[in-house]
Amino acid sequence: MRIALFVTCLADTMFPAAAKATVHLLERLGHEVVFPAGQTCCGQMHINTGYQKDALPLVRRHVQTFAPYDVVVAPSGSCVGSVRHQHAMVARAAGEEGLAARAEDVASRTYELSELLVDVLGVEDVGAYYPHRVTYHPTCHSLRMIRVGDKPQRLLRHVRGMELVELPAADQCCGFGGTFALKNADTSAAMLADKMRHVLDTGAEVCTAGDSSCLMHIGGGLSRLDAGVRTVHLAEILAATEETA
Amino acid sequence: MSTFLGMPATAPRGVGNLRGDESFPAAARKALGNDQLRRNLGHATTTIRAKSGAVIGELPDWQELRSAGSALKAATMARLPELLLQLEENVTRAGGVVHWAADANEANRIVTELVRATGEQRVIKVKSMATQEIGLNEALEEAGIEPIETDLAELIVQLGNDKPSHILVPAIHRNRSEIREIFLREMPGVDPALTDEPVVLAGAARRYLRETFLSTKVAVSGANFAIADTGTLVVLESEGNGRMCLTLPETLITVMGIEKLVPTWQDLEVFLQLLPRASTGERMNPYTSMWTGVTPGDGPQSFHLVLLDNGRSAVLADEVGRQALHCIRCSACLNVCPVYERTGGHAYGSVYPGPIGAVLSPQLTGVEDNASLPYASSLCGACFDACPVKIDIPSILVHLRNEVPHPRTERAAMAAAAYTMDHPKLYAAAQHAAKLTKLAGHRLPPPLNGWTASRDLPEPPPETFRDWWAKR
Repeated sequence: MRIALFVTCLADTMFPAAAKATVHLLERLGHEVVFPAGQTCCGQMHINTGYQKDALPLVRRHVQTFAPYDVVVAPSGSCVGSVRHQHAMVARAAGEEGLAARAEDVASRTYELSELLVDVLGVEDVGAYYPHRVTYHPTCHSLRMIRVGDKPQRLLRHVRGMELVELPAADQCCGFGGTFALKNADTSAAMLADKMRHVLDTGAEVCTAGDSSCLMHIGGGLSRLDAGVRTVHLAEILAATEETA
Repeated sequence: MSTFLGMPATAPRGVGNLRGDESFPAAARKALGNDQLRRNLGHATTTIRAKSGAVIGELPDWQELRSAGSALKAATMARLPELLLQLEENVTRAGGVVHWAADANEANRIVTELVRATGEQRVIKVKSMATQEIGLNEALEEAGIEPIETDLAELIVQLGNDKPSHILVPAIHRNRSEIREIFLREMPGVDPALTDEPVVLAGAARRYLRETFLSTKVAVSGANFAIADTGTLVVLESEGNGRMCLTLPETLITVMGIEKLVPTWQDLEVFLQLLPRASTGERMNPYTSMWTGVTPGDGPQSFHLVLLDNGRSAVLADEVGRQALHCIRCSACLNVCPVYERTGGHAYGSVYPGPIGAVLSPQLTGVEDNASLPYASSLCGACFDACPVKIDIPSILVHLRNEVPHPRTERAAMAAAAYTMDHPKLYAAAQHAAKLTKLAGHRLPPPLNGWTASRDLPEPPPETFRDWWAKR
């Protein structure tokens, strides 16, 4: 299958490893990955901070960039959530019905990585090998905005060599929330403190998730603790093999 | 309606309890520093969540019930003026008197005059969010009338000269030793040997309240529901104190937000299932009191209903935000909100705290007066999933953030970021600039330093994804 990669601005700039892993994984499974030129950012930060008008050109750019492709994947539940639930709304609020309809069309063909693997490609065992103790944090937007359910866990349970341990209070927000972490830094830090406590309680070496943003937040806190626990994107674990391990 | 009443107005300043003295982040900072408060809140919300989750899990048709509740509310709001007139007609026919209050000032004036007309100087109160919203207790006190809260938690808050911190559990931020101290200090006739055993504390409150119930001739209540086609008012409560207030006095004055209406008696079947399970985690609430006007020789012989707008018509006029009026005040969104769990209710500055408060308060007052509240959420969506009438709180938050006046520097930064991201070459250049920036010790400059106060920023990678792809 020919799959267009929506890399997301955060993975592109700060976490290219997650995006590269997405490419390697899909190619290993026998698919063609293309990287449509002209893509930048879905505009979620603008929309969620109250700048819908500024986000409109970004929505238009995203829709134009990805309209030609049958299947689009992003290594982020949050950005897929924005494409699916916000793009048409932003277009409609600006009176652009045509753009809204095209945005809905693109959204209907856009998948978060675990959705693409399980729902579209019909695979749960991706042939990964990752010999570590891992805990999974279901990010809020993956869990509630796009409802990925247990797809990430189903994929992780097939990873050889890995011990998957359950995260206590897993469905509680880590406190990132985009600009929430800046505008309400103290509350965000308090939420993070509890999330880190739960991660440490599992005794895991690695905390994984389907969103680089939440992992940046959790990883940034864990780094400050020197706790010896690292954050790794779900795509990197699924892309890992005996050769790379 | 045949008469044009003017454009809907927001709740007036200087009266009531919808506005805080400081912004949410500033108020939250103080709450976050209070370890006891954090413990009390964490314990209480975790307990209620588990209890509520268990009884909701018993109903196979919970999702259908939520949809029914949501649809009933939307249908009611769509013909609110007509239904309100029907309610007025039926309450009047049953011997009640209906008063219309455009805002808090008017409602307080109406209630004060009604109490004065009875010649009484003390009223007993059923727990009511509407009367807290308008600051009725303060207004009555100013007029020389003593209001006595009869809900146990509300009484704790009143005696402690405190403000409620939760819609359902107003004293959620207090533990039992704090409550003992408040009772010893403030409760008339309390036993000086009072312990902090819950049953002993409840006994002390009961003794005090019994005397008050039996000697007070005027009661003030709110309403959970009002049924338009019968003119019936409904109050749900857990302690039985409400029932005492609603039956013993000679005069009963009910203050009700105009959105509390349901069209028919049958509509209650949905809400009477939704509310207790979502709210207190009970299958059915212990006490349901219903009354229709007055009944000669039985219960209050004089009944007044004050229909309160106080910004609600303005909320109804907002296509996205009007959903907030569907709220049945169950407080399920507070109990699942990770922000509320850590900051408590006082940080929101309004009697409506938590996620629903973050959308309702700014709409009632106008967003300028509560500009920080739409941002008091990480948009995690737990509130939407928990809401028994499916209010899409995250979407309303995002909608309101668009209406809030933005700081000038933020506006400029966001416009610049959007411009850059809409120009791929500029965007790539900005990516490289970020990479070259040496962030000493992973710290950011103000105003972004809130992030790096407690978190390290990751090291920018040597190469962006698009550079890697281009070289492939």
